[in-house]
Amino acid sequence: MTPYLRLSGLEPFVLTPDIPFVNIGERTNVTGSARFRKLIVNRDYAAALEVARDQVENGAQIIDINMDEGLIDSKSAMVEFLNLLAAEPDIARVPVMIDSSKWEVIEAGLKCVQGKPVVNSISMKEGEAAFRHQAELCLAYGAAVVVMAFDEAGQADSFARKTEICARAYRILVEEVGFPPEDIIFDPNIFAVATGIEEHNNYGVDFLEATRWIRQNLPHAHVSGGVSNLSFSFRGNDTVREAMHAVFLYHAIQAGMDMGIVNAGQLVVYDQIDPELREACEDVVLNRRTDGTDRLLEIADRFKGGAREEKLRDLAWRDWPVEKRLEHALVNGITEFIEADTEAARQLADRPLHVIEGPLMAGMNVVGDLFGAGKMFLPQVVKSARVMKQAVAVLLPYMDAEKLANGGEGRQTAGKVLMATVKGDVHDIGKNIVGVVLACNNYEIIDLGVMVPPQKILQVAREEKVDVIGLSGLITPSLDEMVHLASEMQREGFTLPLLIGGATTSKVHTAVKIAPRYAGPAVYVLDASRAVGVVSALLSPEQQGPFIASLRDEYREVAERHERNERAKQRLPLAQARANALRLDWQAYAVPAPKRLGAQVIDDWDLAEIARYIDWTPFFQTWELKGSYPKILNDEKQGEAARALFADAQEMLQRIITERWFGPRAVVGFWPANAVGEDIRLFADETRTKTLATLHTLRQQHAKREGRPNVALADFVAPEGTVPDYVGGFVVTAGPEEAAIAARFDEKNDNYSAILVKALADRFAEAMAEMLHQRVRRELWGYAEGEQFAPDELVGEPYRGIRPAPGYPAQPDHTEKLTLFRLLDAEAATGVELTESMAMWPGSSVSGLYIGHPDSYYFGVAKVERDQVADYAARKGMDLAEAERWLAPILNYIPSPSAALAAE
Amino acid sequence: MLDHSPRLSQLAILARERILILDGAMGTQIQNLGLSEEDYGGHGSGHVCRHHSEHPQKGNNDLLILTQPQAIEDIHFRYAMAGADIVETNTFSATTIAQADYGMENAVHDLNAEGARIVRRALDRATAMDGRPRFVAGAVGPTNRTASLSPDVNDPGYRAVTFDDLRIAYGQQVRGLVAGGADLILIETIFDTLNAKAAIFACFEVFAETGYRLPLMISGTITDASGRTLSGQTPTAFWHSVAHARPFTVGLNCALGASAMRPHLAELAGVAPTFICAYPNAGLPNAFGQYDEGPDETAAQIAGFAREGLVNVVGGCCGTTPEHIKAIADAVAGQAPRIVT
Repeated sequence: MTPYLRLSGLEPFVLTPDIPFVNIGERTNVTGSARFRKLIVNRDYAAALEVARDQVENGAQIIDINMDEGLIDSKSAMVEFLNLLAAEPDIARVPVMIDSSKWEVIEAGLKCVQGKPVVNSISMKEGEAAFRHQAELCLAYGAAVVVMAFDEAGQADSFARKTEICARAYRILVEEVGFPPEDIIFDPNIFAVATGIEEHNNYGVDFLEATRWIRQNLPHAHVSGGVSNLSFSFRGNDTVREAMHAVFLYHAIQAGMDMGIVNAGQLVVYDQIDPELREACEDVVLNRRTDGTDRLLEIADRFKGGAREEKLRDLAWRDWPVEKRLEHALVNGITEFIEADTEAARQLADRPLHVIEGPLMAGMNVVGDLFGAGKMFLPQVVKSARVMKQAVAVLLPYMDAEKLANGGEGRQTAGKVLMATVKGDVHDIGKNIVGVVLACNNYEIIDLGVMVPPQKILQVAREEKVDVIGLSGLITPSLDEMVHLASEMQREGFTLPLLIGGATTSKVHTAVKIAPRYAGPAVYVLDASRAVGVVSALLSPEQQGPFIASLRDEYREVAERHERNERAKQRLPLAQARANALRLDWQAYAVPAPKRLGAQVIDDWDLAEIARYIDWTPFFQTWELKGSYPKILNDEKQGEAARALFADAQEMLQRIITERWFGPRAVVGFWPANAVGEDIRLFADETRTKTLATLHTLRQQHAKREGRPNVALADFVAPEGTVPDYVGGFVVTAGPEEAAIAARFDEKNDNYSAILVKALADRFAEAMAEMLHQRVRRELWGYAEGEQFAPDELVGEPYRGIRPAPGYPAQPDHTEKLTLFRLLDAEAATGVELTESMAMWPGSSVSGLYIGHPDSYYFGVAKVERDQVADYAARKGMDLAEAERWLAPILNYIPSPSAALAAE
Repeated sequence: MLDHSPRLSQLAILARERILILDGAMGTQIQNLGLSEEDYGGHGSGHVCRHHSEHPQKGNNDLLILTQPQAIEDIHFRYAMAGADIVETNTFSATTIAQADYGMENAVHDLNAEGARIVRRALDRATAMDGRPRFVAGAVGPTNRTASLSPDVNDPGYRAVTFDDLRIAYGQQVRGLVAGGADLILIETIFDTLNAKAAIFACFEVFAETGYRLPLMISGTITDASGRTLSGQTPTAFWHSVAHARPFTVGLNCALGASAMRPHLAELAGVAPTFICAYPNAGLPNAFGQYDEGPDETAAQIAGFAREGLVNVVGGCCGTTPEHIKAIADAVAGQAPRIVT
C-alpha cells in the first residue's frame, strides 16, 4: 500500500500524486477572515457554518478551523464549532485542519472529530521533549501534523536552518515516536520578501529550495505554507499581492509544495497576470536581480495608484470584442458585466442558443484547458461555472419566448438528467461542467455527487422518473463500475439512455464493454460540448430513432474493429506464415540483366539537378510544421512560418549549389540473385553457382485477413529453380561537409542555420536516392528504359520496383547494412562509415536494395515471434541473444534473460 | 514506541497460514438458558453478586460472568470446540457508561478481569483436548452513547458523552481485561468512530502503563444500505480514522447479514493493508427479531468471502450459534487467507 497522506471526514481523502496541490480553505479561520471572526465573536454559529459550507461547495478539500482570537474562549469556540459542524453531513464530509497556536485548543479539537484531521501545528519551539509529547498525542488521537520549521532558537529563515530543523523533526517523529512519515506536513515558513531589507530578498528562494530539499530527502513528507505572508510589504495593493501569490505558488508547486492555505477566491491565474508585473514578481520571488524590489515597487504604484486608476487599468478588457469579454469573464470568474455582455452577444446572434453554443462554450473550453495545464485551481473553475450560469439565466427567457413563438409551451424543462460520479471515484469536475452545460440548455439536473453506489443511482432514477442517466469517472476502476451499472440497469428493466463520460472512458470501452450489456442506448460522450447534442437527439421523438440506430451501427463497427485489432496482435507460427507467403507467377516473368554486374561508383552529380528532386514535405516536418508541400505555404495557421522557413531554405540552397558546399558521392551494384525461403542468394556471376553473399529478410507473422499474404522481401525475388533474377544495392551521401558547416554556424551562435544546413543535407541525400533510383530503372539496370516521370511526380512512387533500406519497416534488421556495405565496398567508394550501432556517418546518407518486380511494394514486417527470430539467427549465423538485441523493437515476446546470459 | 506482546507474532504467523475463526453470539446462547431475575442476580442458582444495585439485573448479560460463571464458561467452551481460534469475553457492556443503566458501575473491573479469566479457563480446557492454541479477545463494545452525535435534535451541538468520559471508561475496562489475561483487545460494533478513537486512545494509555502493546482488532458496523456507519462515515473514511491504531485486524460485524455486508467488506479489504475480519449476523432478523439463517446458509456466504480473498478472520455476530461457527470453520478450512501487502 503506497504511503499516501490519508485523511477523512465522513468521506475519505487521499493525497495521491494526481492531486498536484491541496488548497486548504481558510475562511473558517478567525485570523484569516474578518467576517468569520465577527461571526464567532458574536456567537453567530449558524452563519459561521454557512461559511464552512460555502468553502466545501467551492471545492475545498480540507477546511482549516482557527479560533485564535483574544476576545473569545478559543477552546470552547473550537469545541462548539466542531460539534455543530459534525451535524452537517455536507460539511463534515471533508477532513478538518485543527489550527491553533495553543496546544490545549488543538487537543480539545482532536477530541471532537471522528475523522482523521490535520493538526496545525506543532514544533520544537519549546524544545524536543514538548514536541515529542505533542507528536505522541497526535498519533494517539489519529491525526496528521503540520510541523513548523521552528526550534528553541526561533523560526527558521535560511535554507540551512529550515532543512536542519525539518530533518531533525523528521528523525524524531519517524524514528523515535513512530509517526508515519506520510502524515507529516512541513511548513518551512513563508516570509515577506521585497521588504527593502536585503536579508529578506532570498526568503522566497530559501522556501522553494527547502521545499525541494524536503521532498527529495525526507521520504513521503509533504510541504505546506501560508502564502499571504509573502506579500506583506505590499499591503493595500491587492493586485500586486495576488500576482505575487500566484507566481510564488506556481514555482512552489513545482518545487513540491503540495498543500497550502490560500484564499482561492482571490488568486489570479498565473497566465492572466500582466506580463510585466509577472516578471517583476518573479524577479523578487526568485531573487533574480539585486534591484528586483525597486523595480517591483516602481511598477507596483502603477498597478495601485488608488482604486479608480486600478479599475481603469483592469477594465482594459472591456474594450475587447464581446466574445473575448465573455471568455475573460469566464476564465477570471467575473460576474460584474456578464449580464450586459451576454445581452450584447444575444443581440448579435441569430438565436439565443447560439450564444451558449458559441462564445460561452468557447470560453469554458479555455477554462478546461487552463485547468488541465495546472494553471487554474478547482475553486476557480467552479467560479467560472457560476459565471456561465448567470449568462445562461439572461438567455433563458429569450429561449422560452422563442419556444412559445414556435408553438411550444414555454418554460418546461427539456428533460431530467441524473448525473453521478460512480462508486469509488471522487472526480467530478467534468461531470459538474456537463451538468452546468445541460442545465444551461434547460435540462433539469439531479446531481447525486461523487462515489454514488449503483443502487442509489437506480433508485433515484426510478423515483424521479429521469429521462437520462449520465455517469462520470476518472480512475480506471470506475470503468468496471460503469459496466456493472449497465448490467444492473438491464437486470432491473431500465430502457432509458445511459451516458458515459470522464477521462478514462472511451468510445471503444463503451462500445465493447458497456453497450453489449444494456439493451437501452449507452452513449459515450467525449466532452461537455457534445452533451447537449447527444441528449437532445436522444430525447427528441423525431431524432431518437435514427440517432440510436446509427449509434448502434457505429458501436458495432467500433467493436468489430477493436476485435480485428486484437486479432492483429496475434502472431502465426512461422510455418503457418510461410505457408501464407506471397506467391508471384514466376514462369511468365523475365527481367533484363543489368548493364553491368558488380559495384560501380557514380560521381557525376550536379547539385542543382539533385535539388530538383527534393521532396519538401519531410523538410517541413523536421521543423514540426505538419502539412504537405506546397499546400503548407498557404496554410491558415502555419503558412506564415512555413513561407519564412522556405525562403531561408531557398536562399541557403542557392549558396549550397553555387558555392558547392556539398560533395555528393554514391555507389551502386547489381548481382544475379534468387530467393531461398526468406533468404536472397547473390551470385558471383551468371552461372549462379558461386554464392557471393546472402541477404536475409524477415516475414510478417501477424494474422492476416483471407487472401492477404504474410510477405517477406524475398518473396519479390524469383526463387531458385525458376527464372534468373537480379538484386541491386546502393549507398548515397550528400557528403561529410555538412557537419563542419553546421559546426561553423554553431560557433557563431547561429543554431538556426546549423539546423537548416543539416536538414537540407538530409534532403539532398534523399533526393539523390530518388534520382539514382530513376537512373537505375532507366539505364543502369534498365528494366524501365522508357519511364518518363518528372521529378515532382516521383514523390508518389508511381514507378516499378522498390528500394527498401535495412533498418526500415520492410527489413528492420540494421545489421544487413554490413552485407550491403561489404558488397559495394561502400566505405572506400563514398566515405560513409557504419557506427557500432549500424548508423551511417555522415548522417545525410541513404542506403538500400533494389528489387525490380512490378508487384513489389513497401510493407512493415511488424512484430515477430521467437520461432522466427531463432530461425533467422540460425540462418545469419548469429547468436539468438544478439539477434534479439538487434530486433528488440519488433519482438512480440520478452526475451528470456537466462538465454541472454547463457549467450554471453 | 512500545514492544508488542508475543501473542501478536504468534497470531500473525497463524493468520498468514490460514483463515482464523472467531466465535459467535453470546446473546442467543444466554437466552437459551432461560435465566430469571434471581439467576441474573445469583440468588436462585450461581454466585451472589457482591456488587449491590437497586436496579433489576435481568438482561445484564455481562453480569453473568460473576453470577453464573460456569454457564458462561460452558458457552465459551462450546465455541472453542466448534473451531474458534479466538473467543471473545462476555464484556460487551462492561463499562461504567453501559453499566450505569443497571447501577453496576462498581462491578466493571471485576466483570472484565473475571470475564477474561473465564474465557481463558474454557480455552485451556479445549486446548487440553486437542492441543490447538486459542486466544482470548477482550471485547470492548460501543457503549450506549455517541460522542459525535447529539441525542437532542434541537441542539445539534450537545453531546451526551465526551471523548474524555469514554476514554476513562474504556481505560478502566481495558485494564480489567488485561489484568484477567486477555491476549488481545477487540473494539467492536463501532457505530460512532469517535467512540472507537477514545477506546484506541485508552488502549494506548493502558499499554504505556503495562509496557507492551496487545494486538488490537477493530470492527465497525455498517448500519444500513447507505453503506455508512451510524455516524455517517464510509468504510474507507472509517479505516483512515482508525488506521493509527495499527490494528491486527480491521473489519465489520453486526447489523447486516453476510451478503449485505459483502460490498462494504470488499471496500475495506481494498484499502486497509492489515488483516481483515468479518463476523456478520445470521442474516437479517425476521418480524419477530429472530435470526432464521441456518449454519449452512451463513457458512456458504462466508465461504464466498474467503473465495474472493477478502478475509483473514471470520466468525458470527447476532443469531449465530456454535453450529454456525462449526459450519463456518468447515467451509473456510483449506481456503487461502487474504494476502496482506
